[in-house]
Amino acid sequence: MSELGIVYALLGAAVAVLLSGTGSAIGVGIAGQAASGVVTEDPSKFAKVLIIQLLPGTQGLYGLLIGFITLSKIGVLGGGLADISVQTGLLILAACLPIGVVGLLSAIAQGKTAAAAIGIVAKKPDQFGKAMLFPAMVETYAILALLISFLSVSGIQV
Amino acid sequence: MSNTKYTYAVARIRALEVSLFSDAFIEQLLACKSAEQVLQSVVEKGWGDMDTGNDAEAVLKREEEKAWEVIRDVAPDMSVFDVLSYPKLYHNLKAAVKEVCMGVKNPAMFYDDCPIPGEEMYQIIESREFSRLPGNMSRTAQEALDTLLHTGDGQLCDIIVDRAALEAIEEAGKKSGEPIIENYADTTVAIADIKIAVRSQKTGKSADFMRSAMAECDSLSIDQLIRAALSGAEEIAQYLEGTSYAGGADALRESPSAFERWCDNRMIETLRSQKYETFSVGPLLGYLVARQNEIRTVRIILTGKQNGFTDEAIRERIREMYV
Repeated sequence: MSELGIVYALLGAAVAVLLSGTGSAIGVGIAGQAASGVVTEDPSKFAKVLIIQLLPGTQGLYGLLIGFITLSKIGVLGGGLADISVQTGLLILAACLPIGVVGLLSAIAQGKTAAAAIGIVAKKPDQFGKAMLFPAMVETYAILALLISFLSVSGIQV
Repeated sequence: MSNTKYTYAVARIRALEVSLFSDAFIEQLLACKSAEQVLQSVVEKGWGDMDTGNDAEAVLKREEEKAWEVIRDVAPDMSVFDVLSYPKLYHNLKAAVKEVCMGVKNPAMFYDDCPIPGEEMYQIIESREFSRLPGNMSRTAQEALDTLLHTGDGQLCDIIVDRAALEAIEEAGKKSGEPIIENYADTTVAIADIKIAVRSQKTGKSADFMRSAMAECDSLSIDQLIRAALSGAEEIAQYLEGTSYAGGADALRESPSAFERWCDNRMIETLRSQKYETFSVGPLLGYLVARQNEIRTVRIILTGKQNGFTDEAIRERIREMYV
């Protein structure tokens, strides 16, 4: 049964990367549509809308970070798989869930907020700083989830 | 992700909203000494194109076309804009029916920036190929043509087509599935009904006449409106006070032009909240109506200046801007 432990642990890394990556792709996609709309009419705003478009992309990076830590912890990266019990495997899977689930949902929400913020830049380019803040607020919760996933994965003894 | 299908379109509209006229610019136009100066100011803002030159009517027509071109370019689904294109479509039908009956042909009578342009509409009516017309329009065309041929009563023909247009707008609004389009369509029909009631009251028309001209809508009771119109202008105002068109009552008491202005302002008011929407068709509708409102206001100022109206007389007629 001990083989299942590593499967659960690897599943945890996959969940972290898959869900948060999917969320970021959707979020950046939504913001990208809005950014394209603005640049079609006013190409001079390209740099500003690009920065806002990229904000929902961070969740994917957080998922990647947790995925990396998990992989190195279970020995997939360094060569030589660690001997992981089913219980430890499930613990690692559970530890990866926060950034996976919160990453998915927060990136989509952030993408929508970014699209709305791009509307601010379209109408009032001088309010760029304020426009950045609204989608950045959503980031808080992705960071909180990252923190818990990071502490949990790091804290599990293998 | 269906609720994000307007994201691109709304962002483009946001960028375009920057170039909509503000109330301050309209004040500047009002301060111009002549119609030529007004035209010059709007041309400097990018109105018209290379071909329109200093022809005011051509500039305004080109702007109307430009507004539709933008919407056609960005909208993923044009059917939701039927509520805005139907008035022109039914105008073309009315003009074609009259021209076919009278045996004259005048292309200037038609709108060309709508689903069935003038020439095509004329051919359909002349050859009586009513099945080429969309929805209930074929029945309306047949009825209007027969009525005009048998009675020679142009007003009766107008009533048939205008009422069909209002019913089509109300139906298109409901069919769109977008609350803002439905609301806009219902407001359009209600305001048209109120205008019919006001004008019928002034000209002493009968209840039957009003009933045949008005179209049903959700926000007004036609029966009560007709009863009020039969009793007098003050009764219409009193009835309106109890509806969501209460502002119209005061405007009605003030003057006919104040009432007309209120009608347009009410439309803009319905749409103003759409400036803050990001994922719906609302901002597209808002932009299109705002452009039409802007063009109408510039036309009022131009006509006022050409005819030597005082600034106050023109100001009484100008509409509120969307931005």
